Amino acid sequence: MRGAAFGALLSHWSRHPLQLLTLVAGLALATGLWSAVQAINGEARASYARASAQLGLTGMDMLIPKNGNISVARYVELRRAGWKLAPVLEGRWLLRNGSVKLIGIDPLNHPALPAISPTGSPQLDALRSPGRIFLHPSTESQLDGHPDLPPVILTETLPTGIVLSDISLAESILGLHGQITRLIILPDQPMGLKPLADLAPELLRRAAIDTQTGRLTDSFHLNLTAFGLLSFAVGLFIVQGTVGLGIEQRRNLFRTLRAMGVSLRLLTGLLLGELMFIALVAGCLGLILGYLVAGALLPDVSATLNGLYGETVEGGITLRLSWILSGLGMAIFGTLIASAQAFANFYRMPLLLAPGVQARSLDARSSQQVMAIVGCGLIVTGSLAILLIDGLVGGFALLAGVMLGSALLLPLLLSAILAAGARTARSALSEWIWADMRAQLPGISLAMMALLLALATNIGVGTMTSSFRLTFVGWMNQRLSAEIYATVKDEQQTGEFTGWLADRDITTLPIRWAEIPYDGSPIRIYGVVDHDTYRENWPILQAQPAAWDRVFDGGGAMINEQLARRQNLWPGNILTLSQDWQIPVTGVYSDYGNPHGQVMISLPALLQQVSHVPNRQFGLRLPPKDAADLMKEIRQSFDSASISLIDQADIKARSLAVFDRTFVVTGALNLLTLGVAGFAILTSLLTLWTMRLPQLAPIWALGVSRRQLAWLEVLRSLALASLTAVLALPLGLVLAWVLLSVINVEAFGWKLPMYVFPMDWLRLLGLALIAATAAAAVPAIKLARIKPADLLKVFAHER
Amino acid sequence: MNVRLVIAGMIICLPHMGSAQGFAGLGTQAEGFAIPDRNTTLEFPSDHGAHPDFRIEWWYLTANLNGSDGREYGVQWTLFRTALDPGDDAGWSSPQIWLGHAGLTTADAIYFDERWARGGIGQAGVSIQPFTAWIDNWAMASPDQTLQNLTVTASGEYFAYDLAMTARGPLVRHGDNGYSVKSASGQASHYYSQPRYVVTGTLTLADGSVAVTGQGWLDREWSSQPLAEDQSGWDWFSLSFDSGSKLMGFILRSDSEDSSGDYSSGTWIDADGSATPLAPGTFQAVPLDYSIVAGRSVPVKWQVNLPEHAVSVIIQPINQQSWMGTSVPYWEGPVTISGSHTGRGYLEMTGYE
Repeated sequence: MRGAAFGALLSHWSRHPLQLLTLVAGLALATGLWSAVQAINGEARASYARASAQLGLTGMDMLIPKNGNISVARYVELRRAGWKLAPVLEGRWLLRNGSVKLIGIDPLNHPALPAISPTGSPQLDALRSPGRIFLHPSTESQLDGHPDLPPVILTETLPTGIVLSDISLAESILGLHGQITRLIILPDQPMGLKPLADLAPELLRRAAIDTQTGRLTDSFHLNLTAFGLLSFAVGLFIVQGTVGLGIEQRRNLFRTLRAMGVSLRLLTGLLLGELMFIALVAGCLGLILGYLVAGALLPDVSATLNGLYGETVEGGITLRLSWILSGLGMAIFGTLIASAQAFANFYRMPLLLAPGVQARSLDARSSQQVMAIVGCGLIVTGSLAILLIDGLVGGFALLAGVMLGSALLLPLLLSAILAAGARTARSALSEWIWADMRAQLPGISLAMMALLLALATNIGVGTMTSSFRLTFVGWMNQRLSAEIYATVKDEQQTGEFTGWLADRDITTLPIRWAEIPYDGSPIRIYGVVDHDTYRENWPILQAQPAAWDRVFDGGGAMINEQLARRQNLWPGNILTLSQDWQIPVTGVYSDYGNPHGQVMISLPALLQQVSHVPNRQFGLRLPPKDAADLMKEIRQSFDSASISLIDQADIKARSLAVFDRTFVVTGALNLLTLGVAGFAILTSLLTLWTMRLPQLAPIWALGVSRRQLAWLEVLRSLALASLTAVLALPLGLVLAWVLLSVINVEAFGWKLPMYVFPMDWLRLLGLALIAATAAAAVPAIKLARIKPADLLKVFAHER
Repeated sequence: MNVRLVIAGMIICLPHMGSAQGFAGLGTQAEGFAIPDRNTTLEFPSDHGAHPDFRIEWWYLTANLNGSDGREYGVQWTLFRTALDPGDDAGWSSPQIWLGHAGLTTADAIYFDERWARGGIGQAGVSIQPFTAWIDNWAMASPDQTLQNLTVTASGEYFAYDLAMTARGPLVRHGDNGYSVKSASGQASHYYSQPRYVVTGTLTLADGSVAVTGQGWLDREWSSQPLAEDQSGWDWFSLSFDSGSKLMGFILRSDSEDSSGDYSSGTWIDADGSATPLAPGTFQAVPLDYSIVAGRSVPVKWQVNLPEHAVSVIIQPINQQSWMGTSVPYWEGPVTISGSHTGRGYLEMTGYE
């Protein structure tokens, strides 16, 4: 009996393969997008953890200075107080083609490092002059053409992009003698120690992975997760639609089965089993899809992380059991939630009563009100969250509250608009159209909610990226003011090169910087010489009068927005770089695409504080039309391998390419979400289609042709989609504002002006209408081709 | 092979006797280091300090102690120095590397810890104005330039000690006025001791503190010379007899099957402190019993004979498992003496694989 009943239930799907496909595809899409994001995040975290393990830091805590560096004398004091600590000196090593992260360690005290202690060949030479540098083979190319390198040892056991050496070598390369960036707190401390908080109140204790970069990348992964969750939610609307349809269409079957003695309980159990089976299959498909999507997106994610934070994510996507289980779990859990309402209706369904659409719509009216009240509550909660909770979590709570709340308000709003529209109706047919739209609303409102969310996300994220791009381009035009940027091989060549340029009356602006740790992460301090380039071109956000004059006099510092916001330092405040190095802030400039803090002071002031500041990079000012000729002349006069040149246009193009790559992932996820929403509309309309026949049949009988009915069907879908799109616009703009003014500040440390792009909105509206038309096309074509006999049957036997 | 292991090997495989040949490729004579010289006269206080031109050096204290709880304890405090290159520099580029070992032995447990430091930054070193040898928070310190009165402190995760020591006799120069020959082929070190400290102090263990009194023995030695290629390890004894006389003796074991290639030597110290070097081969020590310690077979009962002083004694450890599981591990612990003479002492055994 049980088997026969189950077989009867399943036969529905073989008669409606498209419906089954929709259900499976919806669920697979939802699971796939969610799993893809999870896989990417998991891979990135694993990559960070691997790097941490390769540096021997798993599970270790660090001591970092509140500002400045730790002196070696301080380290020795703490050691002599008994604390087992290991020093690390970290900085950017300026090379011909950019720079690499150089980490200097004391191999005698550092946690076991596979890189420096491989089996067989003890690396004692690393400790003696001239030392050794250790790096991953893929990092080697970055050292190309660098003269006077210490002997290089290649090892697979280091993260890429990192150069490791003994601390004595690192401090002479970086020019940071007697300084330490952080101290690793080693395990197995001796008994009876004084607490570190008492011994060294100026040092902060942090978990090794909770560095500034760690916190920054966390915000990126939170962004991705939010996107994944959104896609999942939108996908579930599809499931909701098809499960409802599947139950609706099998009412006759249920009635028959019940009449044959199948208990309601058994029937519910069988339905549930069927659904779980489908969820599992769809979940598996979703995992495969997620795996593929993640694999395709990972290079872009890696590029994004590299562009924004300088972090590399290595390797491809690996299958993890936890990932598979969580993906399947989400599929099953999501299916249960999405089908809860359909099941509740099924359970309450009277055995013999014919379905009354009007009754359902009345029922829906009260549920619309409940949803609207919950929606308002969510919006209020989200708004409170941003006031009460600091940081990224508050920002996301606001986003979630506003988005979900608005979605819940949508049915009531649409219903109100349609009711108002009904009052304008002049003919019987138009009155019917308005009324029919309202009657359809409960069935299609979930799909419309999905569309609303997808459109608003598109508008919001699109506005954010476009605003960012516009700001970035403007900023770049200001900031990259030199016509040519040059890097010479070594400092011996510097004199020769600058002399040569001076003979030709070309202004040379040295680009010299030193990196020092500040509040646990490195900041770069640029020493600049007095030139109008800075006064005229630098993208200033806030400044005191004569700010640059004070900088060039040595009495002031310009800082970038990231540093200003993070440390709450604004013009008039004092920047404390170390105990005896304090400078008043005279201005704040924008500095996009850079995760770290930055300071500009006069060159003499920098040289006074930092002994070894490389002098190998220059910006050359000359009439732009002469740039190409000068570059040619330089290449002829100097060994072309010893001087690298890049002109302004080239550097701008490269920067913009990096920027665009950064948002490839966002764009891809955006488009996928919209696709999923379009699919949701299709499934809803298909669901409604069968339920609507009893209502369409009388209209047909009154003389409206099938073709006309079909057109009306498409028009209705278009009308609802346009209404939703119009409502999505303000929501999207709110989203954009939150992204630009709250999330960006928290995640990256910069606030961006908001620009609006009406053409983009029109394009989106067009997309939404196309999606709605496409979705309505299937039922419309069916309607146009339906046999009159089928319509007549509606009268012949009520279901 | 770990950097620390290699450096530890450089030092530990040399204690008291020089280097085991072939270990980590360090057997060959390093270029540029000073070589011990028979004509060198030891001068104090300067020779209490470090000799950075020599490759290896140590300040090595062992003490046999009695606790107020009636139990016997042994304490070791050692500061090793090894140079990657001769001479010294300020800062991280110093070629001097320091290694501290602290051990505390009871009848049923051994506690130990190890500390590492680079010379040149002040984390470890030896000063002579006043005398202080230190690494991290471990220190052996005198109020003046002599080794007459010393305080010795160290702590690890599960133990700590704080001892005060007073010398009750003169410094002892081993071998030929401090020039101690280590092999038949003439390798040697500079070697002197203060074998007669009276010790009081406090030991701290997980279950609380205990007051202790007892006797201590300090060895000072520096050299640059590795040993002959066929030597695989050594057994070193510092014995304090109840009669007041003392005996330092060592055997350098050869790789050969029989003990024909072994080289032994030592110093007899009378109760008044006068020292007599022992002719090579006169100090005899024969294992009587072995035990499995840290997975290897180690002699834990010895017959020690020195016919010229009518010594025929049995040496047995307080704790057979006195294994220092440091970067390069070795056996080091307090022993009791019975037979023709009675007393206490310390035993060090290396090279047991």
